[in-house]
Amino acid sequence: MRAAVLLFPGLNREGDAMRALEQVSGAKTTLVWHAEHDLPAGTDLVVVPGGFSYGDYLRCGAIAGRANIMHAVRAHAARGGLVLGICNGFQILCESGLLPGVLMRNSNLKFICRMQHLRVERNDTAFTNGYAARQVIEVCVAHGEGNYTADPETLRALEGEGRVAFRYCDSAGKVGGDANCNGSMNDIAGVYSAGMNVLGMMPHPENLIEAIMGGTDGRGLFESLANARQAA
Amino acid sequence: MKARVTVTLKTGVLDPQGKAIEGALRSLGIAGVDGVRQGKVFEIDLATSDAAQAQSLLADACEKLLANTVVENYRIELV
Repeated sequence: MRAAVLLFPGLNREGDAMRALEQVSGAKTTLVWHAEHDLPAGTDLVVVPGGFSYGDYLRCGAIAGRANIMHAVRAHAARGGLVLGICNGFQILCESGLLPGVLMRNSNLKFICRMQHLRVERNDTAFTNGYAARQVIEVCVAHGEGNYTADPETLRALEGEGRVAFRYCDSAGKVGGDANCNGSMNDIAGVYSAGMNVLGMMPHPENLIEAIMGGTDGRGLFESLANARQAA
Repeated sequence: MKARVTVTLKTGVLDPQGKAIEGALRSLGIAGVDGVRQGKVFEIDLATSDAAQAQSLLADACEKLLANTVVENYRIELV
């Protein structure tokens, strides 16, 4: 699998994303600067990593979402190519129009950095086939603007089409209440595009791939991507 | 020509920052504030002096970048 990892000024998780892609997915990774017009030939997967692109100026992900390279990413997604946005990457995908909705300031106004349980809503996608459906995983979150917000019509479409990828939950898999760390509507931690080939999520699976880091529940996502490539 | 673009949250969209500011005003003893909504103001210098052209390019700027119309409204004033 060939993965293109996008780089915008102010991102800081690109190394973590590349490490997970190389070590767990067995991917060949290339770092792609935002001013480029094209993705490397043969790109299977585009990853938009986390950080603080353009210092979160204007709105999180707003300026990066309109960069040159995003035209190529939209074309890649339109061809059915895989796109994964993590944290700031999720915000960038929403601002670029690749995913619906917007990530607002956390409801408690605090930057949240902690371990967090998620429920995997379905396991028949390129991103989650290595998990069991409804499996509860523990990864970390680190964001100030992760409060997923969309209009009622969009939310109905996401729910109706099974496009919620992950929900915030407690260790027993119960969603809602205190388990929802940032006030996201419907406890949404990640969503798919209509074609299920674009995933955006606030939590960081790429940081939970080695036991020494406190867990390995993030490996499933990167194993899934490798499985999806083999099946293709 | 100069313009001022004001971007505000749509009615019904939760604004935790506005709520926090409202609470801070109350704690300062400033009474009579029923609600606060936070927004953004852009002061823009334009090359054109044609009002219709200015309106049209600013609307384009708002739709493409200055506002996220999922949750925000914008207002354009030529000054």
